[in-house]
Amino acid sequence: MSVILVLIGFSLFVALMFLGAYFWAVKSGQYDDKYTPSVRILFDDKKEIEKDEIKDNKHKLSK
Amino acid sequence: MIKTDIYTPTAQELKCYHCGEDCSTADIHISDKVFCCNGCKTVYEILNQNNLCEYYNIDENPGITKTKDIKRNYDFLDDRELIEELIDFTDGRTTKVTFSIPQMHCSSCIWILENLYKLNHAIKYSKADFLKKIVVVQFDQEKITLKEVVELLDSIGYEPDLNLEGKQQNKSNSETKKLYYKIGVAGFAFGNIMLFSFPEYLSFDSFHIDNISQVFSYLNVIFALPVFFYSASEYFISAFKGLRKKIFNIDVPVSLGITVLFSRSLYEILAQTGPGYFDSMTALVFLLLIGRVFQNKTYDSLNFERNYKSYFPISVTIKKGNKESTKPVGKLEVGDRIVIKNQELIPADSILIKGHGYIDYSFVTGESNPVEKVNGDILYAGGKQIGSALEVETVKEVSQSYLTQLWNNRAFHKDYENRLDTLVNIVSKYFTFIILCIAVIAAIFWWPNANLAFNAFTAVLIIACPCALALSTPFTLGNTLRIFGRNKFYLKNTGIVEKLAGISNIVFDKTGTLTETGNLKVKFEGEPLSDYEKKIVKTLVYNSGHPLSNGIYNLLQVDKLDNITEYRELPAQGIKAIIDGHNIQIGSRMFVTNNDPNETNLSTKVYLSIDNKIRGFFAVKNIYRVKVDQIISSLKNFFKLSLLSGDNDGEKEELQEMFGTNTEMMFKQSPQDKLDYVKSLQTKGNSVLMIGDGLNDAGALMQSDVGISISEDANNFSPACDGILESKSFLKLDEFIKFAKTSKYIIIISFILSFAYNIIGMYFAVQGTLSPVIAAILMPLSSISVVIFTTLSTNILAKKKGLI
Repeated sequence: MSVILVLIGFSLFVALMFLGAYFWAVKSGQYDDKYTPSVRILFDDKKEIEKDEIKDNKHKLSK
Repeated sequence: MIKTDIYTPTAQELKCYHCGEDCSTADIHISDKVFCCNGCKTVYEILNQNNLCEYYNIDENPGITKTKDIKRNYDFLDDRELIEELIDFTDGRTTKVTFSIPQMHCSSCIWILENLYKLNHAIKYSKADFLKKIVVVQFDQEKITLKEVVELLDSIGYEPDLNLEGKQQNKSNSETKKLYYKIGVAGFAFGNIMLFSFPEYLSFDSFHIDNISQVFSYLNVIFALPVFFYSASEYFISAFKGLRKKIFNIDVPVSLGITVLFSRSLYEILAQTGPGYFDSMTALVFLLLIGRVFQNKTYDSLNFERNYKSYFPISVTIKKGNKESTKPVGKLEVGDRIVIKNQELIPADSILIKGHGYIDYSFVTGESNPVEKVNGDILYAGGKQIGSALEVETVKEVSQSYLTQLWNNRAFHKDYENRLDTLVNIVSKYFTFIILCIAVIAAIFWWPNANLAFNAFTAVLIIACPCALALSTPFTLGNTLRIFGRNKFYLKNTGIVEKLAGISNIVFDKTGTLTETGNLKVKFEGEPLSDYEKKIVKTLVYNSGHPLSNGIYNLLQVDKLDNITEYRELPAQGIKAIIDGHNIQIGSRMFVTNNDPNETNLSTKVYLSIDNKIRGFFAVKNIYRVKVDQIISSLKNFFKLSLLSGDNDGEKEELQEMFGTNTEMMFKQSPQDKLDYVKSLQTKGNSVLMIGDGLNDAGALMQSDVGISISEDANNFSPACDGILESKSFLKLDEFIKFAKTSKYIIIISFILSFAYNIIGMYFAVQGTLSPVIAAILMPLSSISVVIFTTLSTNILAKKKGLI
């Protein structure tokens, strides 16, 4: 049965890792702002050159 | 040939590309994009130059209007001391600063504020927090100054709200973090202890043989220690504080229960008589802490604690000889000569030295019409100058001024900790007493058998631990708070809901509360004007910046003419000009007719004469909020209403019609009068709800049991209060009060429910046969079912009343 003790020790180690991860998450401010990141992730990182082209096209059109 | 559609906007479609406001003409435009004003156009140009037009793709017309914009002077941000107070951190090269940006309202705002580095490369990094409406900016101190950063933000329409009070927020932030840590510890221990207790519940035989049960028990002790000493600590502290003041708050029986659970379990395990109740204890602490998170719901971006300082500018322009410099308001001394520009507040009581004062005191007194001031007059702090710049000399320090003295009143130093009157605290007082009695009786009953007596005594205290009782209030009120929040009614904390349920009197402020802010209704009385005459009048008033002129301008729905000559504006009297060959005058009766000196007052009636013939007058009236009479007549049946106004009694009859004869109405009330009135109602044993808006109501809002400030936008300035109600939701006021009462009944029902569980548990406890399994099932079951009951019932009832 002593194998249970080994397993218990191992499972405790894993559980403590998760507790540590939770603490790290709280400390690093992941729970401070629960809204903005959900918006931020939707922003596209368009390349600058692309935008220049779009602008040029619009310019031509308006002429 | 390529056919290009040339965009020709119709009158209805003329919306500013930047801010979405209606444009009167398409004069201001860049290619096909129309702007309402040059300010908006400039912002667009800045963004366009920096390839930041993505801003307009995220949300439609995201910008902040620049129509009413005035050029702000940020020279005071050169002051070293002030900079140090404003910034969070600097290492000499990189500076970090947190700005509060009340204008932040959409995804585009977040995007632009996080792309500041594209506008100026000296800004290294900026991060927005939408709910708190702040942006943290890190910049290279050697390449850009704080002042330049602020000016940059202002130039794209996000004027930071600079005040020195912002630092408090960090404190509440670290408190929340602590709570999260505690929940983490409690949840971790709860889960693991449950796991180790499971074999015990199922009573495996081999489990006891191999001493594994012992190992599990000791592990449970190790897990329970941090829960008892760390996670549950605030309940002990609160109970101790309460007892010292001889108050039996709900935390007293809770801590008693936790302590007995802990010590009896520890004893059982060390004496090897049983497995203990650590599973129940940790579950209980875990649930209680979750209840606390639910209760602590706060509106981060709203500030309920504002005092007069946040209304005042952070610095003022002072004049020494011919040199102008800036000085922080706090350092202002008696005798300083200040320059007050258009739309600026007067920070301290002072004497007018130079310039023509046209002071809007609506902020302070509630009087809706600006007053004229001439050289030598005393100007009270809090007034706002409209028009040209003034020079004034301070006669009192900021803190000693007429307005700010209100803050020395005792109402502003109330002790809010002492919340004796909450329902749960009243109940817990009797509850603790009864439980202790039952425990003692059970022990005496079993007495010859010391072991059984001890078991029964502790079991009663364990099972009676009022977890469900302690959870019902935070969950019910927390949910009510959220439901109110969805309806744009923001309360400071859950205690206010309970207070709101108990009010008997409602006191209204008039200006800004019953009437709309900044909207004057102008009505023309006299010989009707032809369209051509209207055009002439409109042309004349267009040239004046006077608020009454603006009112008349908006009244006349015609185009204006161009050929205006000999325009003259005589302060405090009127304006005149020759337009299209016609001699036209608008102003006080005396100004227009040159006789009848009795009626020189310009504030109520503005006379008009065309070609020296009097045509009638424009009467100015406040506009009442839509359907305000309905809400009043519905509230009238349940509460005693009163009306306080800083204004004169000019509209008394109209108000009487609305309120009926039963309502007390007081006019020309100073802020102090309002406070005293509320106090006098309270001394008669009434519970008062005050509804106001400006600084002039600040004292009354503070003094009242529930002070609600009404605001066009919750993020605008509002004085210290218990709740902020957006004006759009003003009509739901009676629903809110009714619902607050409903939540109180829900709490009472959930109390009965939790007592029922206690009685069942008691049945086992007094017999001394409370097994850990029963405790582990009964205690969380009672708590969770109470939580589900309160949450569901508040939601269902809110839906029924149309609040969700």
